[in-house]
Amino acid sequence: MLTVEDLHSFYGRAHILHGVSFALAAGEVLVLLGRNGAGKSTTMKSLIGLVRPASGRIAFDGQDIAGWEPHRVARAGLGYVPEERRIFSELTVLENLEVGRRKPRDGRPAWTPERLFALFPNLAALRGRQGGRMSGGEQQMLTIARTLMGNPGLILLDEPSEGLAPVIVEQMADAILALKQQGVTVLLAEQNLHFAARVADRAAVIETGRIVWTGTMADLHGDEALRAAHLAV
Amino acid sequence: MSVLAVADLHKSFGGVRAVSGVSFAVAPGEMLALIGPNGAGKSTCFNMLNGQLRPDGGRIALDGQDITGLAPRRVWRRGVGRTFQITATFASMTVRENVQVALLSHHRRIWRFWQPTSALFAAEADALLDQVGMEAQADRAAGVLAYGDLKRLELAVALANAPRLLLMDEPTAGMAPAERVALMQLTRDLTRRQHIAVLFTEHDMDVVFGVADRILVLNRGELIAEGDAAAIRADARVRAVYLGSGATSGGH
Amino acid sequence: MDFVLVQLLTGLAAASSLFLVASGLTVIFGVTRVVNFSHGSLYMLGAYIGWSLLTRLPREPEWFALGVVATALATGGIGVLLETTLLRRIYRAPELLQLLATFGVVLMVQDIVLKLWGPADLSLPRPRWLRSFVVIAGERVPFFDLVLIGIGPLVLLALWLLFTRTRWGTLVRAATQDRDMVAALGVDQRLLFTSVFALGAALAGMGGALALPDGSANLQMDLTVITDAFVVVVVGGLGSVAGAYLASLLIALLQAFGIVLLPKITLVLVFAVMAVVLVLRPNGLLGRPPAEARGEAHVLALIRPASRALRLLGAAALVAALLAPLLAGPFLLSVLTEMLVAVLFAASLHFMMGPGGMASFGHAAWFGLGAYGAAFAAKFLLLPMPAGLVAAPLAAGAAAALFGWFVVRLSGVYLAMLTLAFAQIVWAAMFQSVEITGGDNGILGVWPAAWAADPRVFYWLTLALCVAGTLLLRRMLYAPFGYALRAARDSALRAEAVGLDTTRIRLAAFTLAGTAAGLAGGLSAYSNGSVFPTYISIGRSVDALVMVLLGGVQTIAGPVVGALAYTGLFDALLLVTDLWRLVLGAAIVVLVLAFPQGIAGTVQRLWLRGREA
Repeated sequence: MLTVEDLHSFYGRAHILHGVSFALAAGEVLVLLGRNGAGKSTTMKSLIGLVRPASGRIAFDGQDIAGWEPHRVARAGLGYVPEERRIFSELTVLENLEVGRRKPRDGRPAWTPERLFALFPNLAALRGRQGGRMSGGEQQMLTIARTLMGNPGLILLDEPSEGLAPVIVEQMADAILALKQQGVTVLLAEQNLHFAARVADRAAVIETGRIVWTGTMADLHGDEALRAAHLAV
Repeated sequence: MSVLAVADLHKSFGGVRAVSGVSFAVAPGEMLALIGPNGAGKSTCFNMLNGQLRPDGGRIALDGQDITGLAPRRVWRRGVGRTFQITATFASMTVRENVQVALLSHHRRIWRFWQPTSALFAAEADALLDQVGMEAQADRAAGVLAYGDLKRLELAVALANAPRLLLMDEPTAGMAPAERVALMQLTRDLTRRQHIAVLFTEHDMDVVFGVADRILVLNRGELIAEGDAAAIRADARVRAVYLGSGATSGGH
Repeated sequence: MDFVLVQLLTGLAAASSLFLVASGLTVIFGVTRVVNFSHGSLYMLGAYIGWSLLTRLPREPEWFALGVVATALATGGIGVLLETTLLRRIYRAPELLQLLATFGVVLMVQDIVLKLWGPADLSLPRPRWLRSFVVIAGERVPFFDLVLIGIGPLVLLALWLLFTRTRWGTLVRAATQDRDMVAALGVDQRLLFTSVFALGAALAGMGGALALPDGSANLQMDLTVITDAFVVVVVGGLGSVAGAYLASLLIALLQAFGIVLLPKITLVLVFAVMAVVLVLRPNGLLGRPPAEARGEAHVLALIRPASRALRLLGAAALVAALLAPLLAGPFLLSVLTEMLVAVLFAASLHFMMGPGGMASFGHAAWFGLGAYGAAFAAKFLLLPMPAGLVAAPLAAGAAAALFGWFVVRLSGVYLAMLTLAFAQIVWAAMFQSVEITGGDNGILGVWPAAWAADPRVFYWLTLALCVAGTLLLRRMLYAPFGYALRAARDSALRAEAVGLDTTRIRLAAFTLAGTAAGLAGGLSAYSNGSVFPTYISIGRSVDALVMVLLGGVQTIAGPVVGALAYTGLFDALLLVTDLWRLVLGAAIVVLVLAFPQGIAGTVQRLWLRGREA
């Protein structure tokens, strides 16, 4: 569904990605693991188009989307959930969802606010609430719901567990597993290994802008040397 | 005697109680963690302690002296260092200059208009940077530092006035798991040695259970539990409102 | 009672006119974060285009309405052109550079309008329906006033519905907060921004056309209206449409009653209102504290000691300046003297604007107070020139300390607008105190002492004082105070958390900047032998701003380079073309597009890059 080949990206004048390559099959949850500054967020931003890759190929559903502007990438069916939540704090929950609304491209049933409230029950009672007056956990759920309103085939989740209470992180994991069951493909960037282990099928380890290892979560779990070398755990 | 004593702290925003009836104390050299769900009132509590917010009621005493409602810079002068959840440094200055400014302020040398800054307190600044392992980066611009390094710079700045108490709001947010524990262990070593009390908020349970001497749990503005790691882990209420089953946070 | 009713209705009509321009400005600012100085130009274009259309259409009311709508569409189209060719390229540039670029547009439009429509004021023939009255409570009220009174609330309602009840409006409000996020959700934000700008431009054009029946299309209306509109937008709270309406009402009604009760106050009333509102509510009536700008943090350059090459260059320039009088004739010498004054003036603004982070739209206030201080010392106290040159910075510095006490509590555009308000109040005080200042006729005969009467000697004196002043400001930036000032700018939160009293530090910087500008003003007074209220004009404040921005805010050499480039460019243009506004405006726009960091900033970056490579 997504194939990234030899992606190079700069942030300002700093060379961040030095040839990132990986692939993601439909219906799968892949977690991108790595330290801070390894290039997880820049990879995500390069995919959605917020950072324009200097070179490389991003094949998504058969099209090379490298260098496309973000709105075109999003319309092609790539959903992006940024780190730090970035909800529209002066808009209500329903208005936030409205901003994300796009017609589905395939035959699948469209996400509606009601379906999303079933997935994130906490949001249901808050539909008229301004985004800025919600707790961190509620905001994180809203960002995911907002992106789902665009009916993406693939969703990029950038550190969704960051700064959340453990009990909320558990709910987040349940929601991601539910999404997977409904056929949504997920690329996750994480530092929380416990969380990643719960939701991901495969992992790609990124270090200084290169993918240094890919494999199943089980392999990762068994390879203590690998975790010590690249993830410093 | 305790360094910080908080008694019956209250704060409401537009009729909504953010913090209500919170009391606790921190001893010299002690590391006290303040945990709780998002929106439980941790940040509000913090902002009252360092003077950014004025409490509606209650008393905050530092070394027995009342500091309730003092402005942040006066709280700092009394010996309270602070690091922020989203790092706050001076981006147009080098790492060393960041520390120099704090030292200049501590030694009341800010109102000088002639003498170049470069030579002032440079050695002291380097010594502080050395403590946090940042001496090699002293000449780099703070604006281009990696996140973990910014956190260590903040720690050096917070230590510049030889504080009695360190307030750290989510000190490890956005860091890799190993970096987190390393930063907090560094903090613990430095503060133990100098008998500095530390109060910090945190969501990473590996960090909390790994370094805190004692843990306070805040929910809906009220303290619901207090104790060491084992007691907090075993507390049914804390598990229900905050810790959950442990499946995604290390299975405590 | 009748008086109250008549003034009330007049005020309401004026409020609607104000609101039309201000609403467009606030909508554009709210979404694009661009402080669009050229909004007044769109209003002026609306008036001229409206005049051209309405004089060709039949005189009936329905044709009038059609003409106004057509004008709005036309200016909306011009807005699209402006947005796609210029603004779109500078959305990520620093706020003040955007302001500078749109100021370039103002200059260009002035010459274009002059070429197309000529210098004469153009007014509309007034058919019967436009002259008609409606009798209300025994008073004859112009029918057109009633039309205007209705239009304001109607536009407010329409905008409210548009922003809260349509998908477009929801997207616009979302983009106001986080444009990248909106784009990442599949919304073409360029289209969104263009449409918002077109809407704002159309409202301005409509305002211009509707101003015709009670006035005329003229070449001064752009700057007059942009000032008023800015005041309304700032008083209402940046980006708040409802706030803009409230502020329009407040200002227009105070103006309507003020003009009758206290005629003298009308010149400053608007600014006095703004000053009071901003002191009481630092974010305007309905404004919110500015949210932290997302993803646009400009990496600020370090301030490093000047390189050897730069020191040599500076020394060479200084030698050249010292030797200049031996070669230059009297005219060139007076130009050079003016340039030196400009250097100190620009350096003083840079001091508070760059390292201090406080941009001022009213820096001429301190320049003018210095000039008047010197003139008062010479004319009334009969003090010799040296004493006058001490009085100048002292007067300006004292006033800056007084006004600064209010100013430094604000930030960003609000702070800049409050400085503008104070400058206008100072201007009005000098303009209206005819008995003391001679009003518009100024104070004449402020001549240098006999020993400095030779233009060459005076030039050298100016050189010594301006260079010393500029170097002193520079020295302070390398001293602990300069670091504290930058600390307060970089992160007020962190600065306060390490014990810095940021308010006091900013006030000190503001006062020092005012003092230095006062010295420049004093020198200018003796150099020209006279002082006029124009020393405090908005134009002069803008000059200072342009010089600093052209040179580059982030480098210490910036203001010097900018002052020399701007005064040089300006004087050269005056000599060679009568379309100097068009050329200067275009030059500014090109410079902003080519050198977003200013001239000195760009040179520095290329220099550093050359070194690292």
